[in-house]
Amino acid sequence: MTQVPQNLKYTDDHEWVRAEADGSVVVGITDHAQHALGELVYVELPDAGRKVARGDAMAVVESTKAASDVYAPLAGEVIEGNPALASQPELVNTDPYGEGWLLRLRPDDAAALAGLKDSAAYSQLLAAEG
Amino acid sequence: MRREDLIFEQSRPGRRASTHAPATIAAIDDLPASVLREAPPPLPEVSELQVVRHFTRLSQLNFSIDTHFYPLGSCTMKYNPRVSNTLAMLPGFLARHPLEPDSHAQGVLESLFDLQELLKAATGMSGVSLTPMAGAQGEFAGIAMIRAWHLARGDTGRTQIIVPDAAHGTNPATASMCGCEAIEIPTGPDGDVDIDALRRAVGPKTAGIMLTNPSTLGVFERRISEIADIVHAAGGLLYYDGANLNAILGRALPAGMGFDVVHINLHKTFSTPHGGGGPGAGVVAVNSRLEPFLPIPIVGKRDGSYVWLSEADRPQSIGRLSGFMGNTGILLRAYVYMRLLGAEGMRRVSGYATLNANYLSTRLAAAGFTIAYPQRRASHEFIISLKDVARDTGATAMDFAKALLDRGFHAPTTYFPLLVPECLLIEPTETETRQELDAFVQALCEIRDLAFRDVGELKRAPQTTPVRRLDDVRAARQLDLVWHSRSGTVN
Amino acid sequence: MPFIPHTDDDLAAMLQTIGVADIDALFDEIPAALRVGGLPAVPPGMSEAAVVRLMRARAARNVDSLCFLGAGAYEHHIPAAVWELATRGEFYSAYTPYQAEASQGTLQLIYEYQSMLAGLVDLDVSNASLYDGATAFAEACLMAVRASRNRNSRRVLVARYLHPLWRKAAETLLRGQAVELVELPSSGGRTDMQALAALDAQDFAAVCLPWPNFLGGLEPVDELTDWAHGRNMLVIAVCNPVAIGLLKPPGKWGAQGADIACGEGQPLGIPLSSGGPYFGFMACRQALVRQMPGRIVGQTLDIEGRRGFTLTLQAREQHIRRSKATSNICTNQGLMVTAATIHLCLLGSEGLRRVAAQCHTNTRALVAALTSLPGVDLQFSPYFHEAVLTLPQPVAPVLARLAAAGILGGHDLQADFPELGHALLVCATELRTAEDIETYRQAMAGALGMAVAT
Repeated sequence: MTQVPQNLKYTDDHEWVRAEADGSVVVGITDHAQHALGELVYVELPDAGRKVARGDAMAVVESTKAASDVYAPLAGEVIEGNPALASQPELVNTDPYGEGWLLRLRPDDAAALAGLKDSAAYSQLLAAEG
Repeated sequence: MRREDLIFEQSRPGRRASTHAPATIAAIDDLPASVLREAPPPLPEVSELQVVRHFTRLSQLNFSIDTHFYPLGSCTMKYNPRVSNTLAMLPGFLARHPLEPDSHAQGVLESLFDLQELLKAATGMSGVSLTPMAGAQGEFAGIAMIRAWHLARGDTGRTQIIVPDAAHGTNPATASMCGCEAIEIPTGPDGDVDIDALRRAVGPKTAGIMLTNPSTLGVFERRISEIADIVHAAGGLLYYDGANLNAILGRALPAGMGFDVVHINLHKTFSTPHGGGGPGAGVVAVNSRLEPFLPIPIVGKRDGSYVWLSEADRPQSIGRLSGFMGNTGILLRAYVYMRLLGAEGMRRVSGYATLNANYLSTRLAAAGFTIAYPQRRASHEFIISLKDVARDTGATAMDFAKALLDRGFHAPTTYFPLLVPECLLIEPTETETRQELDAFVQALCEIRDLAFRDVGELKRAPQTTPVRRLDDVRAARQLDLVWHSRSGTVN
Repeated sequence: MPFIPHTDDDLAAMLQTIGVADIDALFDEIPAALRVGGLPAVPPGMSEAAVVRLMRARAARNVDSLCFLGAGAYEHHIPAAVWELATRGEFYSAYTPYQAEASQGTLQLIYEYQSMLAGLVDLDVSNASLYDGATAFAEACLMAVRASRNRNSRRVLVARYLHPLWRKAAETLLRGQAVELVELPSSGGRTDMQALAALDAQDFAAVCLPWPNFLGGLEPVDELTDWAHGRNMLVIAVCNPVAIGLLKPPGKWGAQGADIACGEGQPLGIPLSSGGPYFGFMACRQALVRQMPGRIVGQTLDIEGRRGFTLTLQAREQHIRRSKATSNICTNQGLMVTAATIHLCLLGSEGLRRVAAQCHTNTRALVAALTSLPGVDLQFSPYFHEAVLTLPQPVAPVLARLAAAGILGGHDLQADFPELGHALLVCATELRTAEDIETYRQAMAGALGMAVAT
């Protein structure tokens, strides 16, 4: 069964976003997304300090058969990419909401987070996509 | 099971095939040590017989047209006549230095000039350049010419190339290489382009459209003239991807359909070798409006002699695409093939390629396989979808592909086009016998039976090939792209 | 019917199965207005015997010469086994190895090629080849721009004496992506280290260094590599694969070595053949491998734990990445790489070194013979494998007189490099003998209008 944790926010492009105490957000791809891609072999992450607008392609997740862009869920500045993914891209498959996080972002407008889907709405999206 | 050690593992220090290099090493006493190599390059040290045996054995690990039915969709794996190779490799052709005077290469130039004329006739176009070295370079040349034509008219805002979603991935990649943006439009349920979506997509930014016809879905785009009118009316040009020219050779002309530029894969329609992945040749043909922009060099005729035309003759050319003249040796092979066929032979190519495809499609449909576009006439290729079998048994198109290898058939193209789930794109070509096609139908039926009877056994295929299914994930995660003596042997 | 196996019975049975009257009926979805009845401008077909006669006559119409012309394509000995093996049907008529289990011959061969090529240039990884030297050079520039740490620069520095035709091809291929080639300052037939300070204020993605350069000159590659790395540029080596059997390989340039090596593979067993098909090679450091265009083969294991080979890193390629691919290239030059791999095995490292050394020695002997003629001088040294001579009169008419005497005397440099004067690029590979060189000396004396000194 696809997991959709309740404490996260979601995008239509199957990214999740978690607000941190320091005002930054952590971004990853959902369990559904990692399952659809298959076993990941490479994750390309942006450099720290890069400014992204909402919807910018900012990372690439790659399996042997597919490569997908990961889009910025919010406008902001990249603080860091997950350093563990360089040698262990499979963490995205095994623990998409934990060790397999992609990057941390400092949003330009923290309130924009509220505009993303909650877990119930994202679950509905998944159901609708069949 | 057959296997062959790496040539490096057969190497022993000091062993040499000594007849191929000077008997002694000449002293280098005029160069400083700082520019010289310290350690010799790590090449294998083996005898000539070891080399001959090694590469003969490696060749025997391959499937090829010469050994197996190879119905790879959109690749036109037809028989490559031996005589094309023999004649292109005559010493009088091989010895030609690319920068020698034109007077020394009249036999080559005349053959290439004739080939240009034959290709004009086969496409209905008015100009040809033979220089693109593969289909992808032909695409590049085509889109670069379209861009150059707009720019020459001062129309600088046309940066969008429209591509149907069924198109091969090269089409959008080419648009990017030319600095254009690929705009995808959907395909309708009957396999033709969605005309309304096309009308919405065209506008003042449209540079052109790239189309394959018959399309990668194996059907002829029936409203092609309407598409041409829409794109031309919007100010764009039409690019014909010649991947499937084999299907209409001598029956319809790209020029007649309204295309402005076409690339032709000589390694498909005109039967030059695929060579394990190249060299190809992606020659381009254009109508008069694009002729000044053709890539150079081109063969011309002047005062009864054949000459290479260059920048001075074609000042508006998009320029050169290769160091010299492109894949000349491949062009000669195509020329030999075209002379063997002649006009009637070319028309027979499309006729019998289409006959074989429709026969195979009809027989597979009768055997209960799902044809992706059953209401349509197959072109020289067609698609079956194994979605129902996958749902009922768990056997995938990939499983069918691997099981075919065990039965002595190369697999069709799998999972392309992306629009059709669990698909096999099957192109038998005109050079296969009815008996071979019947055997292929029987093999597919047996595999389907096995899927229903024992899908676990099916998923163990292939079992007769030199290796079993390979771990692609390991290959990508633990990259091992070159041999090191420390790599060791894995048995 | 050439190559079509159908009997009348086959045809009748197949039409009946499909349910149509004749073959023409299978084309009924093509609108009538678009159908043509044939190809009137195409001549009738010919028998194989007739085509053999035609092509033999065409081959005989070409004129063979004694070749002292290099300039990017070199006449070397090619062992008979190379093309005997490469044109075996199992290599010749196979396609791209998508079904890995049915293509282990091609895949293992490419893995062996990648290993030899990477070792030759002394870098970590190689791809399965590109179309030719010129396109490999262009792709290397695009790769460097993608990978550059100077992220905003789309400009690449190029030595002036890089093959002029390659530069032209690269300009065509780079134009669409707005990548610009900028020439390095030069003097004395190579890059001028003293003049580099003028470039310090600008950002460049990479610098391209030919080795040897188009004139046979040896660029200051160690100094230039360190200079470029000190300015965050990548270093692209454009090298002759035979020459680096003897010359310092790109991986050893400067303190850190070049980042990318590319070049023309023709000298490794590929016939001159009017300029193609040849193949381009490309190798790089491991850290750049995902930016490298083209096919790449990797070693892996099958489900029984046995070694096998497969295409890998395919997500970079056009059939998956579509408009975001590293390049639109689909193929490599498989058959050419097959030949080159066999060729390298037959030479081995000692053979390759000897060929390189003999080419150089023969070119030195040629230079000595020709400069013994009054008014003929060597322009630059040191040189390797190829050298520039100054003639006492314009080059083109001299070359035409030599050609009439059966000699390809070299390449006229005046159009591309007017600063060199009446400059002629000459080359003598390992195939030229002392007699060949003496023949050239006498012919040159005649062509220059001198009395022949024997």
